[in-house]
Amino acid sequence: MPMHIIVRLFASHREAAGAGSVAVQLAPGATAADAYGRARDIHAGLPASTDGVAFAVNREFAKPETQLAEGDEVAVLPPVAGG
Amino acid sequence: MNARIALSSGILDEQSVVSNLSREGAGAVVTFVGRVRGESRGRTVEKLEYEAYQEMAELVLARIAREIREQFDIVDIAIHHRVGTLAVGEISVVIAVSAAHRPAAFDACRHAIDTLKRIAPIWKKEYAADGATWVDDRP
Repeated sequence: MPMHIIVRLFASHREAAGAGSVAVQLAPGATAADAYGRARDIHAGLPASTDGVAFAVNREFAKPETQLAEGDEVAVLPPVAGG
Repeated sequence: MNARIALSSGILDEQSVVSNLSREGAGAVVTFVGRVRGESRGRTVEKLEYEAYQEMAELVLARIAREIREQFDIVDIAIHHRVGTLAVGEISVVIAVSAAHRPAAFDACRHAIDTLKRIAPIWKKEYAADGATWVDDRP
């Protein structure tokens, strides 16, 4: 049974993809980094490098290797610049 | 508005943030106000566009405020950040801290803005005459 995951994209990533969110399907055991890879399969404009990029799963900071569960929301966070 | 944490496109007003701060027993109030600069890395900035991962950024700002209350001897803290399009001179962020004495108020305010800049999922795009770029503030 594939997992249904929402990948959220922001700032330069959102513009590169032309979308702020991407619905992907992944096999059980897939990680946050895998979710970004699948989003790149759909939106080829997304950068291959995740240098400086942070991940969040369900609005909590998470490591790229964090394993996902059905219905999770993965956010891909490029270098932040608030303030 | 009486919220301790706010992230919205509404115009920020330093005084309204400060006036809603609890000042019971507070002999000091320190405020940090961030404004849009008209110059950045040698370029003339026309405007800034702030984007946030709204749902998570609100949680992160609330967590920063909670940790500041735990770490520093303060009375109250408020963090308000703006999103959307801002003109030069407009306020992007207000952090206000009240405390019994000024050292804790200064330290807490400094720590809050530094932490916000480091971790809050908020981005800004600078618009200049020669184009627009997403700012990468990494040291």
